[in-house]
Amino acid sequence: MTELLKLQGLTKAYPGVIANDDVGFSIAKGEVHALLGENGAGKSTLVKMIYGLTKPDSGTMTLHGETYVPTSPQAARAAGVAMVFQHFSLFEALNVAENVALGMENPPKMKDLAKSIRDVSQAYGLPLDPDRTVGDLSAGERQRVEIIRCLLQDPKLLIMDEPTSVLTPQEVEILFKTLRQLQSEGTSILYISHKLEEIRSLCDGATILRLGKVVGTCDPRTTSARDMAELMVGETLHIPTRDAKTSGAELLAIKDLNYAPKNPFGTRLKNLSLTVHAGEVLGIGGVAGNGQDELLSVLSGEARAQTGTVTLEGKEISKLGPNARRALGLLAAPEERLGHAAAPNMSLIENTALTAIIRKDLSKNSFINWTKTENFANDIIATFDVRTPSATAAARSLSGGNLQKFVIGREVMQDPKVLVVNQPTWGVDASAAASIRQALLDLAAGGAAVICISQDLDELMEISDHFAALNEGRLSTPRAAKGLSIDEIGLMMGGSDTASNTQTTEGVPA
Amino acid sequence: MDLGSISLVAFFASLMVASTPILLAALGEMITERAGVLNLGVEGMMIIGAICGFAVAVESGSAVMGFIGAAVGGALLSMLFALLTQFLYATQVPSGLALTLVGVGLASFIGQPYVGESPPAVAKMAIPVLEHIPFFGPAMFQHDAMVYISILLTIAIWAFLKFTRGGLILRAVGENHDAAHALGYKVRLVRVMAIGFGGALAGLGGAYISLIRVPQWTDGITAGIGWIALAIVVFASWKPGRVLFGAYLFGGLTALQLNLQAANVPLLLVLPYLVMLSGVIFLAIAVAAGSWKKTLDVKPTLKTFAQFIGTGLVLLLIGVLTNYASGLDLLLLSSAPFVATIVVLVVISARSKGASNGPAMLGKIFQAH
Repeated sequence: MTELLKLQGLTKAYPGVIANDDVGFSIAKGEVHALLGENGAGKSTLVKMIYGLTKPDSGTMTLHGETYVPTSPQAARAAGVAMVFQHFSLFEALNVAENVALGMENPPKMKDLAKSIRDVSQAYGLPLDPDRTVGDLSAGERQRVEIIRCLLQDPKLLIMDEPTSVLTPQEVEILFKTLRQLQSEGTSILYISHKLEEIRSLCDGATILRLGKVVGTCDPRTTSARDMAELMVGETLHIPTRDAKTSGAELLAIKDLNYAPKNPFGTRLKNLSLTVHAGEVLGIGGVAGNGQDELLSVLSGEARAQTGTVTLEGKEISKLGPNARRALGLLAAPEERLGHAAAPNMSLIENTALTAIIRKDLSKNSFINWTKTENFANDIIATFDVRTPSATAAARSLSGGNLQKFVIGREVMQDPKVLVVNQPTWGVDASAAASIRQALLDLAAGGAAVICISQDLDELMEISDHFAALNEGRLSTPRAAKGLSIDEIGLMMGGSDTASNTQTTEGVPA
Repeated sequence: MDLGSISLVAFFASLMVASTPILLAALGEMITERAGVLNLGVEGMMIIGAICGFAVAVESGSAVMGFIGAAVGGALLSMLFALLTQFLYATQVPSGLALTLVGVGLASFIGQPYVGESPPAVAKMAIPVLEHIPFFGPAMFQHDAMVYISILLTIAIWAFLKFTRGGLILRAVGENHDAAHALGYKVRLVRVMAIGFGGALAGLGGAYISLIRVPQWTDGITAGIGWIALAIVVFASWKPGRVLFGAYLFGGLTALQLNLQAANVPLLLVLPYLVMLSGVIFLAIAVAAGSWKKTLDVKPTLKTFAQFIGTGLVLLLIGVLTNYASGLDLLLLSSAPFVATIVVLVVISARSKGASNGPAMLGKIFQAH
């Protein structure tokens, strides 16, 4: 195989941190190359340099044997480098064709463009209507917009940043089929992901980054996921352990809940029932936007349900607000860390007071006991290994993973009877994610019930006793997580693309 | 009381003149907001345009030079806003309010030597052939060039936003600045240009007041027109056609108010019938549009129609009961253009589903990282 892109000695420093330090590797023509690393390992800085969004301080890149110095994304695209972003770079109010046009150098007339979008989407098995508004599309369809935007420019190198984090297993299969087809046509792919099993099934080579440096290369087809993870983390990976559980008394129950959110773009919860028992972890999967946020807000008390639908230890709580529920022992940690779980510009101490003031008895006659609050904040920071200069730092100044540890730790350490978490390890690196999962398991082992809403199926399979999935506001019947096959999970998640795949799959239980 | 003394031709002609400054300023602000920038300094940029245009026109003796000077003046002042919000990352709302304060004060300072001066006259530019159409000719086609320019600008801006790549990029920047940046578009440059364009148009609108509509210089000459332009942009759902409609509606009501006042006719005597007439026109348009698109929501349409008629009847009743008291009428006269414009545009934007959402990044600070 001939070499397509070669990086040598790339270094990029930001004030106070060296994001990339002497990074070098090469990608062959038609190779699917994985770039692995924890959060903050320097993957996105590296990719930004290849895509022309930032300039390296030193080092060289060669493309097709010629010096490659992209000064802007336009220049990168002109050289045949395209990129699919992790957080989609899409415009919700614009339609598919307009979104595609914005990612092209010299887009044809809208009419012709719509036709080429249809052609390409057919050729690669990615159905997409160019006239639809992107705001109405599912996450999987949005990703197709990004991919087709890239494909229309006939790229030599396609960069994909965590492309599967928002997809159902079936959608992942469709994506992989497309990527393999591209590979067979000679396109190289630089594939960034946390999901090691995916990399093992898709990629031909892998480069592993840690703290801005290349710490290893391997052939992912022959290296085990555990070995790759340990290269990434730089230490032996701690996999959450759990004891055999004994199911306790029923703690929280939802019965025939119907809820229409105020937000017109929200998902209506339909006829939803669930129960969790002491010591149980209930995992709730599903593709984003199928009612996860609404379910969390109904449980946390931010949204009021009809009387008689939500009970805690047999006590009616449907109309209680968040603070009343906290007093009773039902705590929640929402998905959005900044702005929902924590107030960005307030210190960690103040953020501690915001949710812990009732259960931890942090105030007297409406005056906050700051000493006590600070002590509790420091407890959280020490117990959950939150890396911050001090408890007085603003929540905004913490990295995503560290803030997430703080947010989860703050609730866990208030000894909840029931804890509801949404996406507890989203965007968190492997070792921090493992410790968060362990904390949830420890909490359940201590007799609390945990409801974990997540889009990371591996995570749910790892910690759940029972598993259910949300699809368009309906919750599937919870089933024991042990022994569920990926096809069964896919059926529970009920993606629209499942029909053709699952009919041919043998032995699908009803 | 002499309703017959109101000439319809003169009324429509004065309507267009009264609407043009609002239209210009609102179009400029619409472009700025479509790029995701909320500049509340329209009033300040207008009044700076008014005095710059006035001063340049007086000094050079040319109204054209005056308008150019007004556009430059408005754009220059808007660059102060651009500096604050795009380079120093100041919050947009207080920066815009400050811009108005600076503009009004500065205009008063610059304007002191010009009080009592009169600007060079602006020639009327009658459109050949069209000007001879009975009624419509004198009402619509015997104006100064700026009136036509403002309408052509509306069409040009509509086409720019809908059909050109530049318009698409502008909308993209206003919709999601992070994504636009990731795709390699220069968010800050686009925004600075949009702010400058908004300033230039606000300046033209201001100069139209001081050079044509009034035409003389007094302190506070824009009298809140900039704020109306801001409101029209929002209630017009950031659409050029509706901005034109809103500006003409406001201008029309202002002209009507002046005409009624001159004729000494109580507004309440006329208003109920106008409101009911609007209801009938609305119904006709809705039915026509519905039969064309082959979809007509009968219930909401009838409901809106009934609301128009009901409002008219209530106004009629108030008029009869108060016996057209002059105090009440004065209040109505001065507030009618504001209230009516906003009510009508709110009804329109409430009826169009989803389309009334503004640019998603409106007022948000963008910092490249």
